[in-house]
Amino acid sequence: MSIEFKNVDYIYAPETPFQTQGLADISFKIKSGSFVAIAGHTGSGKSTLMQHFDGLLLPSSGAVNIADKTITSNTSSKSLKEIRKKVGLVFQFPESQLFEETVLKDVMFGPLNFGFSEQKAKEQAIEWIEKVGLSEQVMNKSPFELSGGQMRRVAIAGVMAYEPDILCLDEPAAGLDPEGQKQMFDIFKNYQQEGHTVILISHNMDDISQYADDMLVLEHGRLIKHASPKEVFSDPNWVKEHFLDEPATSKFARELEKGGFQFSEMPLTIDSLVNKIANNLKAKGGNE
Amino acid sequence: MSKIIIGRYIPGNSVVYKMDPRGKIIATFLFIVIIFLANNWLSYLFLSFFTLLAVGATKLKPKVFWDGVKPLIWLILFTSVLQLFFTTGGKIYWHWGIFNVSEYGIQNSIFIFIRFVMIILISTVLTLTTTSLEIADGMEWILRPLGYLKVPVAQIALVMSIALRFVPTLLDQAVRIMNAQRARGADFNSGGLIKRIHAIIPILIPLFISSLTIAIDLATAMEARGYREGSKRTRYRVLKWSKYDWINLGYFALLTLILLLTRTY
Repeated sequence: MSIEFKNVDYIYAPETPFQTQGLADISFKIKSGSFVAIAGHTGSGKSTLMQHFDGLLLPSSGAVNIADKTITSNTSSKSLKEIRKKVGLVFQFPESQLFEETVLKDVMFGPLNFGFSEQKAKEQAIEWIEKVGLSEQVMNKSPFELSGGQMRRVAIAGVMAYEPDILCLDEPAAGLDPEGQKQMFDIFKNYQQEGHTVILISHNMDDISQYADDMLVLEHGRLIKHASPKEVFSDPNWVKEHFLDEPATSKFARELEKGGFQFSEMPLTIDSLVNKIANNLKAKGGNE
Repeated sequence: MSKIIIGRYIPGNSVVYKMDPRGKIIATFLFIVIIFLANNWLSYLFLSFFTLLAVGATKLKPKVFWDGVKPLIWLILFTSVLQLFFTTGGKIYWHWGIFNVSEYGIQNSIFIFIRFVMIILISTVLTLTTTSLEIADGMEWILRPLGYLKVPVAQIALVMSIALRFVPTLLDQAVRIMNAQRARGADFNSGGLIKRIHAIIPILIPLFISSLTIAIDLATAMEARGYREGSKRTRYRVLKWSKYDWINLGYFALLTLILLLTRTY
């Protein structure tokens, strides 16, 4: 299911003294089934953009095309529910949205709202609670008895339980321990490989370079680059100019280049970095 | 929610902004008292003139003030209409059952209308030009005499400034939670009364939890930075009385005097 933005503007609090421009003239198209990263400095409009994906914000002008539906400034709120079923949004610190008495009930909240039967909702909830790495004992506990990391998993399960075609994640791993982060990202990557579209907002260039295959870079509410991470990170000066960071792998590779290593292209994942170093060493070893 | 103007601060730099919050608060409260001194056309004329002068002195757009009056316009009209139909005295122009339109009725309903609008305008002048922290500081100073009656004024002031500080934070949080639940399919704007009340639960519970968490964290952080209950603290924000405040109070005294004169006249 593809997403297309056509000249989207968004203005906060129009016609009041507090008017500010959130997004300006954004146009792009995302292919179905891709893993898209949205990057940009704080206040560049990433979260504002994300809220357009399921109509929480309506564009002030322009149009958003999602799942064969068009959202414009005068789309009625009734027709949005269908879109929200297809687009799952995981907000920053999603654990703040938990409210039910038990974890199971909380995860079932979404599916029930979107018209799943009680039985089906329960099945889906149990499946996803297990998939996000929580044990069965947790299910009947109150979500408020859990640790922060467990609450995060419950909240994410609560969105994934209705299996949206498009999954948007706003800094989903912020505040998790390194192992938890890797686990969550593997779940998201898997979900994408099953044929869903995953959109990730992140400040962490390592996560982006590791998992994403397409990238949107925002600055001051404008889209300044839409390319693959490979292309974006190929120019370190451009990256620095726009307040982004290079992934640790290509930084490391650049340091190695100073010592005589040769890289045909900058490695973006640890695997490719290791492979290239190994190849380099082999080539050197062959010479001796 | 963004349309409500009462309690909002709009930054600016006209004379009214330079005034001390204590002077502005006292003047606003006294204004509501002396508004009842007005009892004839001349006094209402002066009252309106002085109020509009204050509104003009803020140098804010008139539309902002209109936004302040708008949400209450039905209450104002309702009260005025009640006055119009149920006051007797003077010439009776129209009569039907218990309803009648009399000379005094017309006069009273216009007076009530002016009174309401003036009170709203003056309090909007206060809130638009004074930050909530300034208001809290000013209130603390005004409440200080109550310390002699063993009222814990310093603590009340702290509670006030913390509460004011967290209004925007909690509003933000409420909006975020609402959005998150909406994204999960919650619907807040349809169905009957019972259904709508039920729909608030997914917002209220997380909001309570997060305010309690904020309170606990803030208390710990304050203690870590040396805050002890009942110990003497110095102050960082010092209120300064300037010449504008004398002008403010002088203007106010003049208005009171004129109102008293028109009353006896």
